[in-house]
Amino acid sequence: MTRHTEHAVWAEGLTKSFKETKALTGVDLAVRTGTVHGVLGPNGAGKTTAVRILTTLLRADAGRALVGGFDVATESARIRAQIGLTGQYASVDEMLTGFENLLLIGRLLGFTRPQAKTRAGELLERFDLSHAADRAAKTFSGGMRRRLDLAASLVGGPRILFLDEPTTGLDPHARNELWAIVRELVAEGVTVLLTTQYLEEADQLADEIAVIDHGRVIATGAPEELKSKVGGQVLYVRAERGTDVGVVKGLLAEVAGREVTAEGEGLTVPVTDTKVMPAAALRLEQAGIEVAEFSLRRPSLDEVFLTLTGAPAQPVEVPA
Amino acid sequence: MTALTATVPSPARQHGLAANLRNIASIAWRSLVQIKHNPMELLDLSVQPVMFLLLFTFMFGGQMSGSPQEYLQYALAGLIVQNSVFTALNTAVGLHSDVAKGVYDRFRSLPIARPVPLIGRILADMVKQVWAVALMLVLGLIIGFDLNGGIGGALASLALLLVFTLAMAWLNVLLGLVAGSEEKVMMFGFTIAMPLSFTSSAFVRTDTLPSALQFWAEKINPVTAIADSVRGLLDGTPVGHSVIVTLVWAAGLVVVFFPLAMRAYRAKLS
Repeated sequence: MTRHTEHAVWAEGLTKSFKETKALTGVDLAVRTGTVHGVLGPNGAGKTTAVRILTTLLRADAGRALVGGFDVATESARIRAQIGLTGQYASVDEMLTGFENLLLIGRLLGFTRPQAKTRAGELLERFDLSHAADRAAKTFSGGMRRRLDLAASLVGGPRILFLDEPTTGLDPHARNELWAIVRELVAEGVTVLLTTQYLEEADQLADEIAVIDHGRVIATGAPEELKSKVGGQVLYVRAERGTDVGVVKGLLAEVAGREVTAEGEGLTVPVTDTKVMPAAALRLEQAGIEVAEFSLRRPSLDEVFLTLTGAPAQPVEVPA
Repeated sequence: MTALTATVPSPARQHGLAANLRNIASIAWRSLVQIKHNPMELLDLSVQPVMFLLLFTFMFGGQMSGSPQEYLQYALAGLIVQNSVFTALNTAVGLHSDVAKGVYDRFRSLPIARPVPLIGRILADMVKQVWAVALMLVLGLIIGFDLNGGIGGALASLALLLVFTLAMAWLNVLLGLVAGSEEKVMMFGFTIAMPLSFTSSAFVRTDTLPSALQFWAEKINPVTAIADSVRGLLDGTPVGHSVIVTLVWAAGLVVVFFPLAMRAYRAKLS
């Protein structure tokens, strides 16, 4: 591992088409070793295609990628020996028990039978699945199933872990558990590449985020950088009387200094300065406007995308 | 708290013949141990052949050949062959389900040779074939089949059946990879297997058939060749011609479907 040791995953210009559909139109990624890298994007943005290429399940049409210093095109066997993959598609076998699944993977990784058994037992214990070790995976709950999937990707002690939408469909409790495990892995020095549709998840876990849309990376940076780019939070105001909307709009634009957009019966404006909210409240009161709803919230992924993709077609560069 | 990655043993090398054989055995083990958790599959593998054997022998036997005993002597080979053809569809169904559910991608993300999961599955399906053939033979013996060909004949017919189903496996691999859904795999498989096994010498003597059907059954349908071979081997009568026809068919299936199946298998990668 002499090449690109600084980056556990490094990709440049990855493209991939399926028949008429262009899934990736040029993806660049640089994941520093020992960090969590979030790949954030909506459904169909190309996140899964990118992960499948990096984990050697799929061949790129063009571009180059190194994982753990090895080339995905020519050294796939070396890569597969040191990565773990969890995603909706790389799944455990429902007809096997939790224990049998992990035993099988251990054997396929080259462990002896006793080694594979010990490792399977360890992971079941660690992921709180010991009680279900001898039950077929098809009887597992969603959260248990996801923990088993994650355990399966950790059997070989991978140095680089790919998690493709690991918390989609999980309840908040199960999601928090999974986040804790990811943090623990990073503490042990594992590099994690994680795709997600949730800004909050990327925000919570990632050291760095790549926002991907229509098969290309449209922004990269630390979570704070990206959020300040889109305006950390969003102020939502709904006037009691519909006739006040025009006044409120002008007022918010003046206070926040940003463009105000209509959302349902109310108005939203991105807010970066914490002073904006009290100032807006004061001005609304002075103007004698009855306010039905007044709230501050994080920008949704839609808003991040609106801001990032609303810009001209070239990628938004956030200085790293 | 156990360290998640710190206690990992160092694995053996995962390339070379020994590693490949070990991995194939692991995958085959997985296919077989599944049966434990899926009673339906056990039903499929055991109850179905037993049911067909008993139904055909005791329901049709008297009318077909004068007595169940007489008919069993003729039809056991045909029943075994028909069951083999249907059991071979397991390869298509199982492969399709693995690909659809992501089990294949999990395997492919591991450092094992690419064809290993496929070969492991086919090996397990061969074991299932052996099980079904043995079950039907033993039950046949219990209800009065005369194994005039002896153990040698039984083993020879088993070997021939395995050669033929191994050849058919590539057709089934192709079917499992290209079909859009598990239902389609089943439907398409049955649409081939059902008429093929019935328009042959498996259950009836072909000399009573209308001439066009007779021509098809005797000269074309490979099930006739394999059924006649198995019948002759179990009965200890000469089988030269039909065995050769069976082997030619097996070779033909491999020549046509092995490359197509491999192409479809590789295409899943890109």
